[in-house]
Amino acid sequence: MNRRRLFVPVAMSLGFVFLYAPIVSLIIFSFNKSKLVTVWAGFSTQWYGELLRNDQILQAAWISLRIATLNATAAVVLGTIAGFVIARFRRFRGRTLFTGMVMAPLVMPEVITGLSLLLLFVAMEAAFGWPAGRGFMTITIAHITFSMAYVAVIVQSRLTDMDESIEEAALDLGARPAKIFFQITLPIIAPALVAGWLLAFTLSLDDLVIASFVSGPGSSTLPMVIFSKVRLGVSPEINALATILVAVVAIGTIIAGLLLARQHRNRERDMQMAKADIAA
Amino acid sequence: MSTRGAPALTRGVSRIANTAVKRISGLRGSVVWAGLRRRFKGLGRTSVIGIPYIWLLAFFLIPFVIVLKISLAETQIAQPPYTSLWYWVEHKYLNIRMNLGNYQYLIQDSLYWSAYLNSVKIAAVSTLFCLLVGYPIAYGIARARPDRRILLLMLVILPFWTSFLIRVYAWIGILKTNGLINNLLMALGIIDTPLVMMQTDFAVYLGIVYSYLPFMILPLYANLEKLDLTLLEAAADLGCRPAKAFFRVTLPLSLPGILAGSMLVFIPAVGEFVIPALLGGPDTLMIGRVLWDEFFSNRDWPVASAVAIALLLLLVIPIVLFQYNQARAAEANS
Repeated sequence: MNRRRLFVPVAMSLGFVFLYAPIVSLIIFSFNKSKLVTVWAGFSTQWYGELLRNDQILQAAWISLRIATLNATAAVVLGTIAGFVIARFRRFRGRTLFTGMVMAPLVMPEVITGLSLLLLFVAMEAAFGWPAGRGFMTITIAHITFSMAYVAVIVQSRLTDMDESIEEAALDLGARPAKIFFQITLPIIAPALVAGWLLAFTLSLDDLVIASFVSGPGSSTLPMVIFSKVRLGVSPEINALATILVAVVAIGTIIAGLLLARQHRNRERDMQMAKADIAA
Repeated sequence: MSTRGAPALTRGVSRIANTAVKRISGLRGSVVWAGLRRRFKGLGRTSVIGIPYIWLLAFFLIPFVIVLKISLAETQIAQPPYTSLWYWVEHKYLNIRMNLGNYQYLIQDSLYWSAYLNSVKIAAVSTLFCLLVGYPIAYGIARARPDRRILLLMLVILPFWTSFLIRVYAWIGILKTNGLINNLLMALGIIDTPLVMMQTDFAVYLGIVYSYLPFMILPLYANLEKLDLTLLEAAADLGCRPAKAFFRVTLPLSLPGILAGSMLVFIPAVGEFVIPALLGGPDTLMIGRVLWDEFFSNRDWPVASAVAIALLLLLVIPIVLFQYNQARAAEANS
C-alpha cells in the first residue's frame, strides 16, 4: 500500500528533475572559468563579457528581436480576426477549408513549411518582382503565417469561454457590430491577446528551420547563429546567452503569474460584492 | 521546432472540433446571433473573413501547390534551379511536361525508404517513452491540491518558453565524452572508459522525449483532471483493488488524452530536424534531415519537394486521426 502511494510523487519528482536538470547545468556552467564547458574551474562572469563583445551574436539578436516584435504584432491582429471568425461566424462558404488552414500549421513539420514558403517567395519574385531577394521581410511573413495559428486558437478558445449574452445585450440596445467588438469583446479577450502576443514573440525568436529556408545573405537570425556555433561544439558564450534567456522568461512568467493571481482575486471579490448586493 | 502549445491550445483545438460537432447536430442557434449574422452580411462581414482567408490562401495553401508543381519538375543549373512545367510552342500551343522521375528516384533509392521508416520508428518509440514519463506527471498534477496545480502546470510549461535550440544544446554538455554524466560516473569509479552517448540514436530519443514531454503532459492533464472520482470510489466499494481500478477505469477513460498527446508528439517528431542534426550521428537517418540536406547541400529543389510531398502523405493519416479524436472528445463533453 505504501509503495503505491509513493509511486506517483516519486515519478513526478523525477520527471521534474529530468525537465530542469539540463537547464540548471547550462546556467551553472555559464559561470565557469574554463572554456571546457563541463569541467569546473572556478567562478567567472567572463563569458557574459565575451557575449557582449560578440558582434555577430549581437547583430543577429537585434534582427531576431525586430522580426519577433513585428511578427507578434501582425500575428495578433490577423490571429484575432481568424479566431473571431471561427468562434462567431458559424456559417460561411469555405469555413471547413478556413478552419483547416488555421489549425494545420500547429502540427505541420517545419521543414515542409519552410521549403514551401521559400518556393513561394522564389515564384513570387519571378512573377512580380516582389519580394526582391530574401531576408528580413520574408522571414517576418513566414513567422506571421505560423504564429497567427497559435493566436487564433488562443483567441477562439477565450471567445467560446466568454459570456455571449453581454454581446447580445449590447446588440439589443442597438450597438453596431463593430462597436460591440471594439468596446465589449476586445477588452474582455485582452488577456488572451497578451498571451498570444508573447507566444508569437517567443515562437519567432526560437525558430531555426523556417528562418533558415527563407532567409537571405546578411539576415541571419539568432537561432541560425547559435545553430552554426553549436554544430562546432559547446561554447560557454552560448551558455551565458541561454542563462540570460532563461532569466528573462522566468521573470516574465513570475510577473504574469502574479498578475493573473491578482486579477483572479479581484474578480472573486467583485463577484462576492455583487452577490451581497443582490442579496441586500 | 514546430510547436509549443499551452493548455489553452489543446482546449482551443477541442473547442473548434466542438463547434463543428454542435453545428452539425444543430444543437446551437441563438436567435440574437442569427440577427447579428444578418447584420454582418455585406461588406463588413466579407472583409473580416477575407483578410485572414486571403493571407492563409497566399502563404499556406498556394505554397503547397508550388511544392507539388516543383516536385514534378527537373533539376537544372540555373536560377531558379528547376525546369518549368509548361511552355508555349509558337505562342499557340501550351506544352505541359510533368516528370515523375523524382518520385521514382525516392522509391528506388533505399536511403529514402530507410529514412522514412527510421523517422516513424524514432517518433513512435519516443512517443511511447513520452507517455510513460508524462503519464505519472499528468496524473500527479491532476490529483494535487487545486491551489498547487497552477504552480505545477507552470513548472511544466516554463521550459517550453525558453529556446528549444538551447534546451537541445544543453544535452550536448551532459552526454558528450567528457560531459557531465561521464565525468560523474568516472569520478565515482563506476566506469573506467567514457560511455559513447553523443551522436547515437539513444541521444536522439532522449532529445525528442525531453523536448516534446510538455505536449504529452498538457492534454493528458486536461483529460485526467475531468475524471469523475466517484467512479473510482464505486470501484473500490465493489471490492476492486486500486491497481486494478486504475487499469480498468482510469486508463480506458484517459484514452482520448493519450491519443491527443501522442499525436502532438508523434506528428512533429517524424519531421524533426534540429534534434537529429545536433544529437544524432551521421547514420541517424531522419526524413527531416534528408530533406534539409537535399535542399541545402545538394541544392536539388525538385527532389526536396518530392520528399516534402511524400512526408505530407505519410502524416495525413495521423493528422486526420488526431482531428477525429478531438471531435469525439468534444462530443463526449457536450
